[in-house]
Amino acid sequence: MTKDIRISKGAKVNIKGSAEKILTDISSTDSCAIKPGNFFNFNPKMLVKEGAEVSIGTPICFEKNDSRVILVSPVFGTVKKIIRGDRRKILEILIEPNSSNKKISHKVEKIDSLSPEKIKNFLLKTGSWPFIRQRPFNVLADPDIIPKSIHISTISSVPLGVDYDFILKNNKEDFQLGINILNILLPGKVNLFVDKDFQGFFSKIENANIFRVSGPHPSGNVSVQIQKTNPINFGEKVWVIRPEDIVNIAILFSTGIYSCKRTLAISGSSVLNPQYFKTTIGSDLSSILKKLNIDLTIQNRYINGDVFSGIEVQQDGHIDFYNNLVSIIPEGNKHRFFGWLPFFYNKIPSLSRTSLSWLFGRKGYKVDTNLNGEERALVVTGEMEKVFPMDIYPMQLIKACMAGDVEKMEGLGIYEVIPEDFGLIDYSNTSKIEAQEIIKEGIELMIKEIA
Amino acid sequence: MKFLRKKLDDLRHPFRKGGKWEKFAPAINAFDTFLFVPSHTTFKGSHIRDSVDLKRTMSTVIIALLPALIYGIYNSGYQYYSQLDLPFTFLDAFIHGSWKILPMIFVSYFVGLTIEFIFAVYRGHEVNEGYLVTGLLIPMIMPIDIPLWMVAISVAFSVVIAKEAFGGTGMNILNPALTARAFAFFAYPTYMSGNKVWVSEASNVDAISGETILGSLAAGEEIKYSVAEMFYGSIPGSIAETSVLYILLGAVILMFTGVGSWRIMLSGILGASLVGYLFNLWGANALMSFSWLNHLLVGGFAFGIVFMATDPVTASQTNKGKWIYGFLIGVFCILIRVFNPAYPEGVFLAILLMNVFAPTIDHYIIEANIKGRRKRWKQNTPKII
Repeated sequence: MTKDIRISKGAKVNIKGSAEKILTDISSTDSCAIKPGNFFNFNPKMLVKEGAEVSIGTPICFEKNDSRVILVSPVFGTVKKIIRGDRRKILEILIEPNSSNKKISHKVEKIDSLSPEKIKNFLLKTGSWPFIRQRPFNVLADPDIIPKSIHISTISSVPLGVDYDFILKNNKEDFQLGINILNILLPGKVNLFVDKDFQGFFSKIENANIFRVSGPHPSGNVSVQIQKTNPINFGEKVWVIRPEDIVNIAILFSTGIYSCKRTLAISGSSVLNPQYFKTTIGSDLSSILKKLNIDLTIQNRYINGDVFSGIEVQQDGHIDFYNNLVSIIPEGNKHRFFGWLPFFYNKIPSLSRTSLSWLFGRKGYKVDTNLNGEERALVVTGEMEKVFPMDIYPMQLIKACMAGDVEKMEGLGIYEVIPEDFGLIDYSNTSKIEAQEIIKEGIELMIKEIA
Repeated sequence: MKFLRKKLDDLRHPFRKGGKWEKFAPAINAFDTFLFVPSHTTFKGSHIRDSVDLKRTMSTVIIALLPALIYGIYNSGYQYYSQLDLPFTFLDAFIHGSWKILPMIFVSYFVGLTIEFIFAVYRGHEVNEGYLVTGLLIPMIMPIDIPLWMVAISVAFSVVIAKEAFGGTGMNILNPALTARAFAFFAYPTYMSGNKVWVSEASNVDAISGETILGSLAAGEEIKYSVAEMFYGSIPGSIAETSVLYILLGAVILMFTGVGSWRIMLSGILGASLVGYLFNLWGANALMSFSWLNHLLVGGFAFGIVFMATDPVTASQTNKGKWIYGFLIGVFCILIRVFNPAYPEGVFLAILLMNVFAPTIDHYIIEANIKGRRKRWKQNTPKII
């Protein structure tokens, strides 16, 4: 089955520094980190102590409310440090890798003999369960439910978006195998979303419903795709898996060893030779950055993820669990003389016609992190709707979240969105409202109220 | 530039956190951010931001207002000299108008911004830029001869009662500029209506008859102006409302930049045209049989629908709502003109009325979205285990 979806609202922000299609393998890292903060609403309980020796696949911590959901070590080495924050909240578990590659090997079954229960149990046991996230709210999947559908988006419509066809070019068979396994888990309900203009090998995948999406960002966002095909209703759950994790699941089922491959595009205008690297989840950024030419004459910001919704990371930090992109852009901590005058400073990308920047964007904009103004009361209306393709009133939903009106949030569609859907609103709104933060707080409130 | 920046940083020093004048930080911030866009970087949410901010949006509105304002200044002088049959040059008219109007703008900004600064310091938030537009709009919709102290009182009333009492910029229900006009209109009716206030010095010189077109129609008099004059704006009226040509130029700027809602403007014109046309068919009195096309040209309709109705804070916030809101403003504007001889000009009352109803319109549109979602949930319940 193939279906076309057209997204008309939204915006493509073309920024400088897209990664070139060069892939380098980085097998060893200096340190590795597991960050419980990567998993929304995850409450970790430690299973190992500082100094313990762990192999690839050794359980490190589990979810307080469901001990079956575990996080496992991506490398062989020693637990060096458990970094805690306020109220002893676990921020990072640092593991120092050893040169050898000791792994925990699980017994594998033939694909034909698998049942949905067996698949779930195997994913849980091996620590691969966190590859599956669940809507509403983008939390880790609940193993006890049967979701409405499984959802994979192979489109990265964000600025500096990665090319999944290139990332997975050596794993085409594994990807098909992963889809086959998911099709056993939930027969006939695996939805694969591909770019209409460039489908690569994804269009030839079998055992999945293929949807061809066209249009500007946020057309690659899962929430938008779900809403356009089969919106989430009250009580329904949808599972979401990222393309590279399909491959990780497939490798797990064929070898019996926990696989946590992560291919990253390191891009942005501060990288002089932006390109792709293949490494493991949680590995340290500095060992990758060493292989690149980075403009160090300026102050840079390192972002785990895209420039709209990514998380700032230190230069010596570690990569996150779910992202395939590290963006490095200059900090914008400088003043602009009369910078508010309309039709001046047109090099800064703007979705508003109060700037002439739309004339200058063909080769891509060089962006920085300046706020370009100050936070103000919400005055301008209608601008959020221009970049928000869902059947939801974004400003009203934001206001309901600010007011903490749970019933209204529910009615206005909080179940259908996650913070990243508001990235473009964050970027483009005149009043510099922190929409993603407000929605995140709203979702946290919803989780508390429902539970 | 670096020198200026350094001077400013020195000047700011006592206003820093923990500094001597910390409380007055919003005042120096407003001055500083006027000269320089601050060096703040993003700290949560999106890492990059659009170059648009409220200052830029508001200054775009001011740019859009300038053609109408400059023509209004000229027209004030032109009306004065031509009614008195005095010889004059373009410059004479312009100087006469400036002499009258610039002090009004100064008073409006001085009083309004002072109140805004006081509230900003008192509440500890930054000074919002909204008043930059309001402060220019207020003199533009006043009669030319209104005393400056009345301008000051109207401004104070509108900023305190219509805006700050509701929580400041972005929270007000009524358009502040129109509230100022409404206040002056009901508090000082002799200065705000009648046939002697629309031309400079008309009340002192008998030779001047400064009746507006709508006033003449309501009084059952002949109109002495051609359609072209109505369009170009060489007619008596409030300072900047007369020239449809220059207001249209402003409308084009607002629509092109996306700052003003084309939905409201278009639907307002549609609403007024429709009702005007229906009244033409009825034709029971002079105002009813006044061509619907001319209804769009005279009075404050064009100015109101372009610059007042499109104020995003007081208009409907949803796109569907904007269509309804604009349409009803057009409808009520003509209805008030035709049916209420006491108020020959209907547009400012129509807009204020719809300001009050805009949240209701939005409420129903949003409820429809909520109901649609709940209906979808209900239809799908059988699938839930």
